[in-house]
Amino acid sequence: MLYVVITFLWASILLYLLLGGADFGAGIIELFTSEKNRSRTRKTMYQAIGPIWEANHMWLIIAIVILFVGFPAIYSTMSVYLHIPLTVMLMGIIARGTAFAFRHHDAVVDDWQTVYNRIFTWSSVVTPLFLGIIAGSAVSGRINPAAGNFLDAYVFSWLDWFTVAVGLFTVAICAFLAAVYLIGETDNEMDRRRFIHKTQSSNIAAVICGALVFTAAHFEGIPLMHWIFGNLVGVFSIIAATLSLVLMWYLLRKGKTKILRLLAGSQVTMILLAVTWHHFPRIVLFTNGGYLSLMEHHGHDKTIASLGWALLLGSIFILPALFYLIYSFQQKNGNGVEEAH
Amino acid sequence: MNDFLAARSQMALSLGFHIVFSCIGMVMPFFMAVSHFYWLKTNKQVYKNITKAWSKGVAIFFATGAVSGTVLSFELGLLWPTFMKHAGPIFGMPFSLEGTAFFIEAIALGFFMYGWNRFNRWFHWFTGVVVGVSGLVSGILVVAANAWMNSPAGFDYVNGEYLNIDPIAAMFNDAWFSQALHMSVAAFVATGFAVAGIHAMMIAKGKNIEFHTKSFRIAAIFACVAAVLQPLSGDISAKDVAKRQPAKLAAMEAHFETQQSAPLIIGGIPDEKNKTVKYAIKLPGMLSFMAHGDFKAEVKGLDQIPEDEHPPVAITHYAFQIMVGLGMVMVLLAILYFIALWKKKSWLQSKWLLKFFVLATPMGFIAVEAGWTVTEVGRQPWIIHGVMRTADAVTPMPGIAYSFYLFTCVYVSLAAIVTFMLYRQIRMVDKLYDVPSSENPVKH
Ligand code: HDD
Ligand code: HEM
Ligand code: HEM
Repeated sequence: MLYVVITFLWASILLYLLLGGADFGAGIIELFTSEKNRSRTRKTMYQAIGPIWEANHMWLIIAIVILFVGFPAIYSTMSVYLHIPLTVMLMGIIARGTAFAFRHHDAVVDDWQTVYNRIFTWSSVVTPLFLGIIAGSAVSGRINPAAGNFLDAYVFSWLDWFTVAVGLFTVAICAFLAAVYLIGETDNEMDRRRFIHKTQSSNIAAVICGALVFTAAHFEGIPLMHWIFGNLVGVFSIIAATLSLVLMWYLLRKGKTKILRLLAGSQVTMILLAVTWHHFPRIVLFTNGGYLSLMEHHGHDKTIASLGWALLLGSIFILPALFYLIYSFQQKNGNGVEEAH
Repeated sequence: MNDFLAARSQMALSLGFHIVFSCIGMVMPFFMAVSHFYWLKTNKQVYKNITKAWSKGVAIFFATGAVSGTVLSFELGLLWPTFMKHAGPIFGMPFSLEGTAFFIEAIALGFFMYGWNRFNRWFHWFTGVVVGVSGLVSGILVVAANAWMNSPAGFDYVNGEYLNIDPIAAMFNDAWFSQALHMSVAAFVATGFAVAGIHAMMIAKGKNIEFHTKSFRIAAIFACVAAVLQPLSGDISAKDVAKRQPAKLAAMEAHFETQQSAPLIIGGIPDEKNKTVKYAIKLPGMLSFMAHGDFKAEVKGLDQIPEDEHPPVAITHYAFQIMVGLGMVMVLLAILYFIALWKKKSWLQSKWLLKFFVLATPMGFIAVEAGWTVTEVGRQPWIIHGVMRTADAVTPMPGIAYSFYLFTCVYVSLAAIVTFMLYRQIRMVDKLYDVPSSENPVKH
């Protein structure tokens, strides 16, 4: 059962990165869209993600619940040392979720829309940035339980060049996922071109940020190269990701949206696989070389068993319903999603 | 403000905020399902308009409920890491099931909100009902988790260690049923009176009479039935508390001395130093009856409980008085409304009845907040009753006060914006929702 639970944890993190990520990315893209195209981008985005919007963010809740029920030591340690970035991320989640609802459901359309839009786009950047920072700091061995003062314990446990680079990389990935996704959601050639262009630029940004991550790791003395290239799975994932990148650039011109989405999704999956493979099962590393491991620091067997059953049972209900939801709103029957205004 | 107090205040603030949205998220889908049903049955446009108008408003509440709930699931760890470290694996069962309930709710909400004219009409209606049912189930599950904190079960606590963990037994602890029942009914009372009150105000102002009268009717019936049931369920809760948490009961009642035929104390100002209550009305024997179903029974007072295990008496007592007082007022209003429905139809047209409903708009929610204050403050100083103290559970990170200020600002502004939006929705009923023909529905 422990493996079932760990699989669910990994899968919900992946799905949050893919679906929630595309969702954040839509906001990031809006930020980088010229004034005159913004409202069209917004409309495309709303039609694309409106119906599945709430569901996309449930993956985060699932991951958190798995952590605090199944791996309480990991959850509470991260909560203590990463309190500040977690709080910032929460602020981002609050701002983004409410601004999204406000701008689409406000009964009167007036200047307030500008306020909602601004909050929405900026929090779309801040939230994944801090998600990346949190992930980066957990695995990079920054957390120092022996720290004697506030700064060392609660600030430098998450703030350095490496974690910031991981944060930026996450932001770029989100934008990339969204751009690829939106290519298939437009109804006219001009927008399609715009999103293809956005895909290319966000992809370049992701590659640059990726390089930044490696550079920062080098300066911070983190053996990232070894983590990723020190094992076959890592090497293969990175090779696969690179190959599919080449393929994708080629296909971008042809505009095969389904394949493009698949490729983008698998690239991100490969990257997550590469970075988690070496670490597994250790997901929180300390400065003193200690660690918290999924295999050792889990709840009691009975807890894990019931958690596993709850997850399995839940997926029987959730997955078909979710697929049907996505499927129904993918069918373009000319009706379109009802827009708020 | 010290860190411990700040953490407690931040938790109370976040939960007090979330509860409002979650009550609405649990109950509004049922109101919508009723008007939606009338529309499908009678084809009267006004019912479709009501359903749509409500669903627009509810979308805002849903989003706010979802983000504030997400915040809570992190805050449990951010503020109480020691608690979560030990309690997580024990009381986590309802949370893991709740994840499923939320997920289904979110999916069904997607179908319902965006599915107009896209699906079979009854399938569409059904997705709305699923939103309500899964919301209700998730509410019950969270409350079962909270009940575990009042009535720990499903583990053995030996020399500071938590052994023989049984998550299922923990979920079905002694308090889960009484709390879940009381909470679910409370959600209907609170949301019902709030919605009915708002529509009553619009009727009184003479705006969109048909639209508001029909909406009022749906909300008022739910609210009034629930209001009558609530004291019955409250009585079950009280008996339950008397059994499992005598200190909480004593604090609720400001009952300082153990005695037989204990009096029920109404109102008054508890004086914790001198262990007396000033200016109170005392009903002899009633407390014994309320707690144990027998006018003569002995009721444990605070004198039999070690000083360092006393909850704050004044807050718990006042909160309890507020909840019960408002509960009684709402029962009276409900009875008036039933009389009007069955015997005195003329009252339904009268202004005074509407005015009472307008006055009752916030009462349910105030009672909900007060009720939770009773439960939570009355459990102090324990975070897990009899097992772990709240003070030992708090995060070691200093400076929580700043976090509390930040959250206060955020929640206060959010509350202001949500109120403002609701105001705009209501003001726009004329233009957007109360349109006569189906050729000209909500503008898209
Ligand atoms: C509309 C709201 C509302 C109304 C009218 C009432 N309550 Fe209540 N009460 C709640 C809303 C509530 C609540 C917010 O939902 C609580 C907090 C925790 C819970 O399970 O329910 C609660 C808790 C609560 C508790 C503590 C339960 C515990 O700690 O386990 C008791 C003893 C009562 N109530 C008793 C009553 C009585 C005797 C009422 C008589 C009219 C009453 N309540 C009306
Ligand atoms: C939604 C309605 C709720 C409200 C308004 C509420 C209110 C409060 C208040 C006022 C406190 C501070 C008590 C004090 O320190 O004096 C508190 C503490 C707390 N509550 Fe609740 N509560 C609610 C529901 C819940 C639920 C459902 C849970 C958990 C499943 C929960 C878990 C906690 C925890 C962990 C604390 C901190 C420890 C403590 O003070 O005992 N609460 N809450
Ligand atoms: C008495 C206390 C509580 C009740 C009755 C309650 C009930 C609910 C309900 C019915 C919803 C769905 C309605 C909506 O989305 O607006 C909801 C949302 C949520 N609640 Fe609570 N809740 C309570 C406390 C908590 C606590 C303590 C937590 C965290 C551990 C929590 C976590 C969540 C989350 C994550 C959501 C969002 C789910 C979604 O997107 O649908 N809630 N709550």
